[in-house]
Amino acid sequence: MKSRKLSIPYIIWMLVFTMIPIVMIGVTAFRDKNGGFSLEPFQKAFGYSNVFLKSLLIAFLSTLICLVLAYPLAYLLTKMRHSTQQTVQMILMIPMWMNFLLRIYAWVILLQKNGPLDTALSILGIHGSYIGNTAAVIVGMVYEYLPFMVLPIFTVMSKIDHNLIEAAQDLGSNSAAVFRKVIFPLSVSQYLGGTDDIMIGDVIDKIFWTDQNVGSAISLVLMIFIFVFLVLMNLFGDEEAIA
Amino acid sequence: MQKKKLGIVSKIYIALIVFFLYAPIGVLIFMSFNKGNTTVWKGFSLKWYGELFKSTRLMNALGNTLIIAALASVLATILGTAAAIGINNFRGKSRALIQNASNLPIISPDIVMGVSLMLLFSFLGVIFHFEMGFGTVLISHICFCVPFVVLNVMPRLRRMDQSIYDAALDLGCNQWQAFYKVVIHELMPGILSGMLMSFTYSVDDFVITHFTQGAKFNNLSTEIYAMLRRKIPPTINALSTLLFVAIVVIMVLINVFERRAEKKQAKLK
Repeated sequence: MKSRKLSIPYIIWMLVFTMIPIVMIGVTAFRDKNGGFSLEPFQKAFGYSNVFLKSLLIAFLSTLICLVLAYPLAYLLTKMRHSTQQTVQMILMIPMWMNFLLRIYAWVILLQKNGPLDTALSILGIHGSYIGNTAAVIVGMVYEYLPFMVLPIFTVMSKIDHNLIEAAQDLGSNSAAVFRKVIFPLSVSQYLGGTDDIMIGDVIDKIFWTDQNVGSAISLVLMIFIFVFLVLMNLFGDEEAIA
Repeated sequence: MQKKKLGIVSKIYIALIVFFLYAPIGVLIFMSFNKGNTTVWKGFSLKWYGELFKSTRLMNALGNTLIIAALASVLATILGTAAAIGINNFRGKSRALIQNASNLPIISPDIVMGVSLMLLFSFLGVIFHFEMGFGTVLISHICFCVPFVVLNVMPRLRRMDQSIYDAALDLGCNQWQAFYKVVIHELMPGILSGMLMSFTYSVDDFVITHFTQGAKFNNLSTEIYAMLRRKIPPTINALSTLLFVAIVVIMVLINVFERRAEKKQAKLK
């Protein structure tokens, strides 16, 4: 029971499968195709700064909408009887157990031309496709992450001995957690967005198969960004932002 | 807190959110019974369900997903529980260092983890002559599962009373018996929730599998991803419907059992 040895397998595991791979990204990012030292991958990576900024904007808007929608719902949950609370929580979580790509695919079907939304709105004389734009990407994102926003806020609200400042901090860290998840999803924008809605995750995916150096450089920038973001959150909030 | 009946506005708000969450799934379920192979309704049919079971690619992918999730969650639970017990005996800086290192896969974006593991595996693959596939996907899934196990087991360990373990030793248990009967027993709820989380994350993963799957291996996510790039076969609707039904059944059962357990506890008090 007092033994520290039990953690040795995991420490070795982390070294091999977490630390070394991250170091490899760092090394690859500073190399050119011939294997020599070069800053070229970063120069190329900064060519995608527009995509990065747009990704941030989409992530920020999605998080904000999630927060605005989730807050009242979490509040209403606290007003319910315990058994109703459990049922509603279950109803909120069930869609999240569907496969991630199936959920996106469902939105593709729903929003496409001649799809259900188009058919419904055509009664009013409006026709068109509702897919392939930034709004569709944001809807997809809000859909993906709304339940993950409601439940933590609810947990925070239902604590009885909870002062206002703590509540605000928890809210901040929950938003931060969702924001972090939303920033770099792969393939949401591929299927729901238009050609100029491509997000940074998809860029890495596209580039990495042909140019590992530039792919690594962008990944490294992302990681550094996340860490700076976390450090800032920890200055203002509590440690929960990490989990 | 005061529990009152909710007003009509509140009820409408909840209904709208639930509608938002379920409308896309509802559409998939509806379409799965469509005779035609587009989104235009051509009449009721069950033919896509027949097609689904004939589709070896989807069935293989589903099998792979379940096997990987089962293996990854069990192995991650063993590795993570042992790690948590070990880490709990560290103090101060070394403890913080190990715990922060353990949280890395949770903090870093999936895509960065996927890319980094792919670099490692392709590097090792050249040296040791192997190709990415089942094994590399399994290792990668264990990587992102263990931190969740550690996070779930840790609070239980901290709350556990060391003297119960000592008492078991005094009462004639040997070290292994005491470990198994007392420590594991106390940690069980944390171990189980860690395992459940691991399983669900593994089933849902797309990004990390995408980078470590190699040329031949597919799980459900990567198979659907490949299908979405071409023309989407309506069998996917049938698959979604069946998965949804399975999930609802499992969730309702879990919920019923939990409530029974709660009632029992309330009676005991």
